[in-house]
Amino acid sequence: MTKHVTRIDARFAALKKEKRPALVTFITAGDPDPETSAQVLAELVKAGADIIELGMPFSDPMADGPAIQASSQRALKAGQTMTKTLQLVRDFRASDTTTPIVLMGYYNPIYVYGNERFIKDAKAAGVDGLIVVDVPPEADDELCLPALAAGLNFIRLATPTTDKARLPAVLKNTSGFVYYVSITGITGAAAPVVNDVHSQVKAIKAETPLPVVVGFGVRTGAQARSISEGADGVVVGSAIVSIIEKSLGPKGEATDRTIKGVTELVRELRGALSAD
Amino acid sequence: MATKSKKAAEAALNSYATGPDDRGFFGIFGGRFVAETLMPLILELERAYEAAKADPEFQRELDFLNLHYAGRPSPLYHAERMTAELGGAKIYFKREELNHTGSHKINNCLGQILLARRMGKKRIIAETGAGQHGVAVATVCAKYGMECEVYMGATDVERQAPNVARMTLLGAKLNPVTSGAGTLKDAMNEALRDWVTNVRDTYYLIGTAAGPHPYPAMVRDFQAIIGHETRKQMMEAEGRLPDTIVACIGGGSNAIGIFHPFLDDPGVAIYGVEAGGHGIDVENGHASSMTGGSPGVLHGNRTYLLQDSDGQILEGHSISAGLDYPGVGPEHSWLKTIGRVTYVPATDKEALDALQFCTRLEGIIPALESSHALALVKKLAPTLAKDNLLVVNISGRGDKDLATVAKHLGMKI
Repeated sequence: MTKHVTRIDARFAALKKEKRPALVTFITAGDPDPETSAQVLAELVKAGADIIELGMPFSDPMADGPAIQASSQRALKAGQTMTKTLQLVRDFRASDTTTPIVLMGYYNPIYVYGNERFIKDAKAAGVDGLIVVDVPPEADDELCLPALAAGLNFIRLATPTTDKARLPAVLKNTSGFVYYVSITGITGAAAPVVNDVHSQVKAIKAETPLPVVVGFGVRTGAQARSISEGADGVVVGSAIVSIIEKSLGPKGEATDRTIKGVTELVRELRGALSAD
Repeated sequence: MATKSKKAAEAALNSYATGPDDRGFFGIFGGRFVAETLMPLILELERAYEAAKADPEFQRELDFLNLHYAGRPSPLYHAERMTAELGGAKIYFKREELNHTGSHKINNCLGQILLARRMGKKRIIAETGAGQHGVAVATVCAKYGMECEVYMGATDVERQAPNVARMTLLGAKLNPVTSGAGTLKDAMNEALRDWVTNVRDTYYLIGTAAGPHPYPAMVRDFQAIIGHETRKQMMEAEGRLPDTIVACIGGGSNAIGIFHPFLDDPGVAIYGVEAGGHGIDVENGHASSMTGGSPGVLHGNRTYLLQDSDGQILEGHSISAGLDYPGVGPEHSWLKTIGRVTYVPATDKEALDALQFCTRLEGIIPALESSHALALVKKLAPTLAKDNLLVVNISGRGDKDLATVAKHLGMKI
């Protein structure tokens, strides 16, 4: 298969030169409403996010904890659709041509949109990679291989239950980076045990030249820093969408605290990861 | 040997009963669409189930429990007055409501609890809608002294108080689920979240023939005892196979259980009855995934779903909490697509009428779920010849539904 160099590959190459781990930030597209969501997206980059994971909201997010469940519900209630999510990326790309965007979510909204159509439209909108939680390597022919062929990265999750025998299958068609899920559990749950994470990341890095990024349960700058040792980046999601949730007014509307709160956290995270 | 395997291959090509394939698919339906954390677990489950299936000791233990604990075989009963009243097909009831715990759910729970024990699991989790599956799970956990947690939508906890009390009495921990709309699909999401968190010691005992492979096939296999018994009992009663089989469909475990052993008998017409709620034309007012839905991926499998044009899952509606699920087992989706089974809806009102009809004519109060099947029998039987042998699966008893029924009929209890 042809190797395409994506914005993700370029970003990790640049970070390697800077000798710092990537800060990957997650928000749900359309949360709490389409306009605010577009603003948050732009502000994430200004505050220091290196890669954006943009959640495609789904009514039944089985792998997500309460914070991301609620953010999905807010986005859907505000009328978010797949078409609007792709438009959000297109609008972002008009002013930012370098920050990688990874769409993350569940298979059904993609399947119903149509796999081929989705891959084509996502690529055209300026999406760089996909994380689809409930499409395992056993189903690579459905979405992963066509996405790779179209020049998108397909980022696979490796987990504490992915044993040595299974790891090669997980890594086989993964591209861009490997997302190591630091706990057995849902997003935003208990904090991971740092030493376990380090040894698991080491084991994965022994099997692949791809960058390894760690996520699930990372909330603060200090945590991000200790978790990222030996890894190529960290993902922060639930902590960010929790700030959005807490900032909302009585009718669920965005307030001046919404963007301010998010940027403060992202700056703190970036500061912690950049410190010597 | 070569001829034999060629013959077997030909037979497989002409059979409706050989699915799923080794990746868990029935045609395009089924599969294993789960998060990576769960993949190793369901692969382990598949290996454990295959080993158990091949072990005569496992089957012997299950047979013993079915006989002495569940009270099987359940009778095949000729409903004489209903037959006379409808004036057509000769109607038989497969009496699953007489099983221990009052429904077909125990068949699957006995099979899976033995498997969980073989796998050395200590903790059982389950989802439940109406509470019939939750009660059956709590029952087998009590029998084997295993820790049991049941996820049930908060809305269902309120409307199914008697089953909530039964589960609690049996020692299960009940977890009301408030996420989403607080119904069965949300309970299933929450059970999956528990499983993904407690991967080492926990066994997820799914209650219907849906979810990631191997659940649809495994639950079907444990429920197929319904169809196998029906075959034998009908041979004894009439000297031949039935002509017509009818069952209700939520996730579809009672239905696939009675259908499966007859799929390769072309003379047997098979009908599945979905929950038509307020009517198929009412937006989000029914739970007929196959008649009024479209294919999608949810809870680990591809199947027909109630969903909007953006792939968001709808809640659906049925008077019967046990049919109130936005999906259906993948084998049913496949049987619909290839046309082997005819799937039709029955409305809340038709089911309620059929419940009363059956109760007054036969002295049997069927569950609201099973009453959907009886609603079709009411329409279908008069159009069939008097020598048409029709079997309807009475999947559960109606005691649990008395409050709902009384409310709709304006009775005070």
